[in-house]
Amino acid sequence: MSIIIKDLHANVDGTPILKGLNLEIPKGQVHAIMGPNGSGKSTLSKVISGHEDYEVTGGSIIMDGEDVLDMDVDERSRAGIFLAFQYPMEIPGVSNANFIRAARQARLPDGEELDAVAYYKELYEKMDALGIDRQFTARAVNEGFSGGEKKRNEVLQMMMLDPNYCILDETDSGLDIDALKVVSNGVNMLRSEERGFLVITHYQRLLNYIKPDVVHVLYDGQIIKTGGPELALELEERGYDHIIKPLATA
Amino acid sequence: MEIEDITAQSSIDQDTQDAIAIDRAKGDFRFPENHKYDAGYGLNADTIDYISKVKKEKDWIREFRHRALGVFESKPMPTNWATDDLNNIDFDAIRYYLSDGERPKRSWDDVPENVKITFERLGIPEQERAFLAGVEAQFDSEAAYSNVKEALEEEGVIFVNSTEGLREHEEIFRPWFGKVIPTGDNKFSALNSAVFSGGSFIYIPKGVKVKQPLQAYFRINSENFGQFERTLIIADEGSEVMYMEGCTAPQFETSTLHSAVVELVAMKGAKIQYVTVQNWSSNVFNLVTKRGMAHEDAEIRWIDCNIGSRLTMKYPGVVMKGEGARGEVISIALANDGQHQDTGAKMIHAADNTTSNVVSKSISVGEGISTYRGQVHIPKHLKGCKNNTECDALLINSNSRTDTYPAITVRGNQHVTQHEASVSQVSEEMLFYMQQRGLSEAAAMSLAVNGFVNDLVREFPMEYSVELKRLIDLEMEGSVG
Repeated sequence: MSIIIKDLHANVDGTPILKGLNLEIPKGQVHAIMGPNGSGKSTLSKVISGHEDYEVTGGSIIMDGEDVLDMDVDERSRAGIFLAFQYPMEIPGVSNANFIRAARQARLPDGEELDAVAYYKELYEKMDALGIDRQFTARAVNEGFSGGEKKRNEVLQMMMLDPNYCILDETDSGLDIDALKVVSNGVNMLRSEERGFLVITHYQRLLNYIKPDVVHVLYDGQIIKTGGPELALELEERGYDHIIKPLATA
Repeated sequence: MEIEDITAQSSIDQDTQDAIAIDRAKGDFRFPENHKYDAGYGLNADTIDYISKVKKEKDWIREFRHRALGVFESKPMPTNWATDDLNNIDFDAIRYYLSDGERPKRSWDDVPENVKITFERLGIPEQERAFLAGVEAQFDSEAAYSNVKEALEEEGVIFVNSTEGLREHEEIFRPWFGKVIPTGDNKFSALNSAVFSGGSFIYIPKGVKVKQPLQAYFRINSENFGQFERTLIIADEGSEVMYMEGCTAPQFETSTLHSAVVELVAMKGAKIQYVTVQNWSSNVFNLVTKRGMAHEDAEIRWIDCNIGSRLTMKYPGVVMKGEGARGEVISIALANDGQHQDTGAKMIHAADNTTSNVVSKSISVGEGISTYRGQVHIPKHLKGCKNNTECDALLINSNSRTDTYPAITVRGNQHVTQHEASVSQVSEEMLFYMQQRGLSEAAAMSLAVNGFVNDLVREFPMEYSVELKRLIDLEMEGSVG
């Protein structure tokens, strides 16, 4: 059981960004993707989740035997793909509780109604685990939230939707160290043999808290190097150049 | 559609029926017509004599009607500022008066069976049990059912239809009848004054605070039949009342005209809230004049939601006549394909230290057009007046349209006014975010629209706000994909 990405090519506004990307994320593992700005990290997360501005021009994404590229954004979500956004959107007037409830309801068969009592019980348990105040349920989704609150909300939604594969897009951006710990703890609670993670980050810092099994380096739309957790430390110490430059001159 | 079919279907697959049998479907059926009185097609002096005779009206009312007919005929269509669609109303193809010829009913048991079935499908009996102190429900032009609970009667509350109000309680209603909205206010207030029937006349005595909302349901059941109800609510000193009206209409093949006049009078320190959910079918011209007069320290709030009709023109107003009076208009409009919601507010400050507030939100879907027209008038000789106006428009599709015409006339420098307006769209990134959580595009759109109006929907009584959310969901279904 895994997401298998083969020879993926994708354009944004006609410009090729992903240029033959190969990647396999099995359930039960945490894969980190690191890379300099403009290497295609965020594009990869949008392409996997199905944003229509990102045009796939070649290759395939297969999740547990199913062709992901055939599915609409919401189908992919219900099939088990969750994207924790780098910049979560604000939804004025829609409370967090109603938003997550609507997302849960969307996963039920037609005509079946979500059990509201059980839903709130579960929501409160998970909020408690993330140290989220009860008043949070009535606030509009991400409206007026601090950076830390927004990312915590992403993790809460992840917990409530119980996805098979989680993509974290620069989840550490804009977080102070305390918020980073809370968010990382939340993600670590979700780690299991039943779930795969793709953690996209610019900095090694996040990987001190969410320990990856495999680290990939993305550069110019391709995975140029794959290794263990030590690769992240190496990048932190010596920068991307010492990996990229030998390739460029080769 | 035959009622038997509905029953048969529901016995076959109850779950499916329950799932789809919400709101819109409820209004989409009719019964065979059986009217004892019918004024025929078209409008002239004979039509008015006929109506007056059937209603056994006094001479002054008949003369009032005749004068109004003259005003109606002399006034041009206001197409110099309003839409040319008004010219498509064929006044000769309308029947101006229909009645089942029966006196309003006092108890539910007395109501004819087919009327009851209609009301059941509209959800009235449950609401009666759960919420209502009294129901004045208009079935065609006469109230087929009216019931004022004993407790209210004991407190001296009068809740009757217009005919009964003018006949039985002339001394209370005549002094204010046609005073807040003069016959000649506009062409359609004149039309209503000529042919009015039905509607509610309500008097709340001094100091009486009616705890439960009074409610009326309106319904049109005859093709080509215009409904011209007339409502007058007088809240005496220190009293409080909330009145709710909601309407659904069956679908007709030809256009139908609805032209009501609603006058509110809040005496010193009184409070009136008037709540409307308008969901006429999309061939109805809904041309309504609503205005309240607030005396010293009185408060009048119009809470108004327009979802249905082909064209709605409605600008609820408050004349703040006494010092310290407050006026408020909260309005939501949703214009879908083929619809034009031309709504707004009029705030006339006529005393010192008066306060008005207008919050308007409109949603245009597909080729729907929503228009906001606001008038705020504060003359030079007054001091300490305040107005706040906010109007926000949400456009769903690229061919949707919204227009805003705010007219704020403030003379003198001892006043505070502020005006905010915005036009926005549901952004693709917001939709992507919601869809990434598993919501279909239509569900995401519905949620965003419900969020947009959420702070205003909260102002509606509970059962209305639930219904509003469902109506918005239904309206949004066809807007995407």
